[in-house]
Formats: sequence, C-alpha cells, structure tokens
Amino acid sequence: MIELKSLSKHFGSTVVLENIDLHIEKGEIVVIIGPSGTGKSTLLRCINFLEQPTAGTLTVGDLTVDVNRASRANILAMRRRTAFVFQNYALFANKTALENIAERWLVVDRWPKEKAHRKAREILDRIGLADKADAYPASMSGGQQQRVGIGRAMATGAEVILFDEPTSSLDPEWVEEVLGLMKQLAKERQTMMVVTHEMSFARDVADRVIFIDGGRIVEQGPPSEIFHNPQDPRTKDFLKKILTTNPV
Amino acid sequence: MAVLDFDYMLGLIPILLGYLPLTLELAGIGMVLALILACLLAVVRVLAIPVINHFAIVFISFFRGTPLLVQLFLFYYGLPQLFSSLTVIGGVTATILGLTLHFSSYMAESIRAAIIGVDRSQTEAALSIGMTNGQLMRRIVLPQATRVALPTLMNYFIDIIKATSLAFTLGVTELMGATQKEAAGSFLYFEAFIVAAVIYWIVVELLSKLQHYLEARLNKAYSR
Repeated sequence: MIELKSLSKHFGSTVVLENIDLHIEKGEIVVIIGPSGTGKSTLLRCINFLEQPTAGTLTVGDLTVDVNRASRANILAMRRRTAFVFQNYALFANKTALENIAERWLVVDRWPKEKAHRKAREILDRIGLADKADAYPASMSGGQQQRVGIGRAMATGAEVILFDEPTSSLDPEWVEEVLGLMKQLAKERQTMMVVTHEMSFARDVADRVIFIDGGRIVEQGPPSEIFHNPQDPRTKDFLKKILTTNPV
Repeated sequence: MAVLDFDYMLGLIPILLGYLPLTLELAGIGMVLALILACLLAVVRVLAIPVINHFAIVFISFFRGTPLLVQLFLFYYGLPQLFSSLTVIGGVTATILGLTLHFSSYMAESIRAAIIGVDRSQTEAALSIGMTNGQLMRRIVLPQATRVALPTLMNYFIDIIKATSLAFTLGVTELMGATQKEAAGSFLYFEAFIVAAVIYWIVVELLSKLQHYLEARLNKAYSR
C-alpha cells in the first residue's frame, strides 16, 4: 500500500508538484499520463527520494515519513521499499547482467555471492535473458538492457516498482519486448506506477489511469472512463493530441 | 672525441642495480600513499564536504603550485626547525612525504574529473536499490572512474619514479645518488649517467607494459 498526502515539490520558486494525494492498493497497476514537464517523473522520483519532496507525508508499506523530517535512515528505508526503472536503463556499466541484478542482494542484503547469483539467474530466466548472464551492458541491445533494468528492480522485492518512461529511449523494434515483460509483471500483481506515453499499455494493463497537468492530479479513473469519457477539458485536449499520433 | 669506457659501464651496471631497490621503495611507497590521499581528496572535493573541502582546495593549490624540490627541502631542513622533537627527519622519510603530498595533489584532480565523468544516472540507480553513498562510491563509481583515470595516473607513477632522483639532494643514496658518487670517483660522468638513464628508462618501460595490460583488462566490460 502506498499513500501520498499533500505531497509537494518546489524547485526554487517553481512549483512542480502541488498537494498530491494518492492512495494505491497492493497489486494495483497505476499508469500516469500527461503533457511533458508537468511533474510525472518528479512524482515518481519523490517517492523514492531521488528528489527530496518539499512537503507532505509518504507511506510505503508499514513506513510513514514526513518528508521534511526524513532522516538519512528514513530515506534509505524508503528507497529499499521502492524500486525504480529508468528511461535510459542506467545499468551499472562495470557489471554484467547477472551482477546488475545480484548487486542489491550482495551489497544491501549482504547475501553470500553463491546465493545472490543463483537467485539472479532465476530472475534472468523470468526476463528471458538467461543466455546474457555474463554480458556487459555495452554489448546488449536497448531492449535487453531495459529488461535487465526491470530485473534489477524485481530483485529488490520492493513494495512498488516505479517505471519512468521505460520505453521512451528504445528503438521501436524493442518496445514490445519491454512492454511484454511489464505485462507479465502486471499479471503477477506486482504493484506498479508507470509514467508512459504508451496509451495501449495504459488501456490494456492499468487498473487506474491518472492524468497530471501543471503539477496536479486533474482526473483519474479506470482506463475505460479516462479514454472514452474524459471529464476535464485538459484531459480531453491531451488525449486528442496524443491519440492522433499514438493511437490506442 | 674520447672513446666511451664500455668495461667501466658494464661493471657499473650491477653496482647501480644494487641501489634500484631503494629507488623502487621510495617510488612504490610514494605511489601507494599518494593514491590513497588523492582518492580521499577527490571524494572530499566531489561531495563538497564542508570545511574539509576548502582545506583540500588550498592543499592541492599549494602542492601543485610549488616545486617538488622546494617541498623536499622544506620537509627535510624546515620541519626539524619547527618541531624540536623531529631533530632528525630522515632523507628517506622526507622524500616519501614530499612525493606523497606533491603527487597526491595532481592525482586528486584527475581522479575528481574521472568521478564526475561517471554517468550520473548510474548513481541514481545505485541509490534506488538502496545503496549508501559509501557503497555506491566503492562498487559503482570508483571502479569506473579508475578506468578513466588510469592512463593519467600511470603518467604520474612514471613521474614519481623519476622524481625519486631528487632524494639524492637530501643525502639519500638511491640510484641517482649512487651514480653521482661513482662518477665523482671515476670522472667518467657520461658513462655513469648513461647507465643510470637506461636503468630508469627500462623501469619506466616495464611500467608502461603494465599500463597496457591493465587498460586492456579494465576495458573488457566496455567493448561491444
């Protein structure tokens, strides 16, 4: 369970997120859509403190933190309850696919190497890259790198995986394999928050679609409602634009 | 033109090689200590740790901005004057101290540049899986920075080996000091110093070989 109460983020005098209230159930798949530069990525980054939120409280699982009073230990604990998938994959360039996935267990959980690698191989199997265990990121395709990125997030066993435009940097030919893996995770009811412009993914997979504009939640609901019966003019306007270039 | 005395040169080789261990000891200890200090300075600078950061800036500025020979004299002759307990600071100790402080200031700057060069999103990825700052430095950033910094660091290592020859001005009989003594006894200056030069040259060449080997190893992960 994830709960955001009055979460705000200011960069200097610029308000990027304003009083975001959000409650997400365990196993829920939430897709966040909206125009560029409206705070979607910042929202995800605030949840695991890659950005320090300006105000509000944050609950992930059994941990609630007032962001202004978050200690170093709180921030670390919050990060260990969440996982992040980056737009540009951000794999550790000095580690193999297997090591990228095992890193969390080796370093944070201090498992013995043998156990960490065995479990990492299980993840490689699940993401369909068992044959790439010893490959370094530089030798993998974008699609393979992003699947390892997702595998690394899976290995954290986090309450929620935060996907920040996971397919936006990919060549079109690799998009499907990454979305396919995300759908597989959704089927296993892994709690997910996904920022994406892939409207078909939102329609087919999301339990809830949230439309954000100007740092606020404008409208939210099941995909059928948001896509077919949007209420707010800004939602209508955005969907009209994006669905002409990116049809569902 | 006078003919070179080759027999003298051949005979000199084993004698001078006997002083090579001390040269290598000065250089080796200097390298290791300089590298450790440089890493600390670089991390302090990168993380901009308050107060110590300013100390690091002044430290680097001073030791890069003054000649090594001046620094060596400062330690060897100057320190005992300030601290009476140090009535004698050995020439070897003063040399190692000088090499360490002098070269750490150069190396700190190239390590800092290499650290900054590591893709910032990997830092975020390490934080996102719950690593502490220390873990992310040790496991992700420094290994990659090492690869970038290696060629410049090896250049400084080569410089350190050659800079040990200044120790003879502090009365240390290392390779250079021994050559000076031999030459002064035989008056065969050219022969003596050409032998010394070739010994330095060979040591540096071996180090260059090591550099190529290390570079190939470290680049393994980055080739397609």
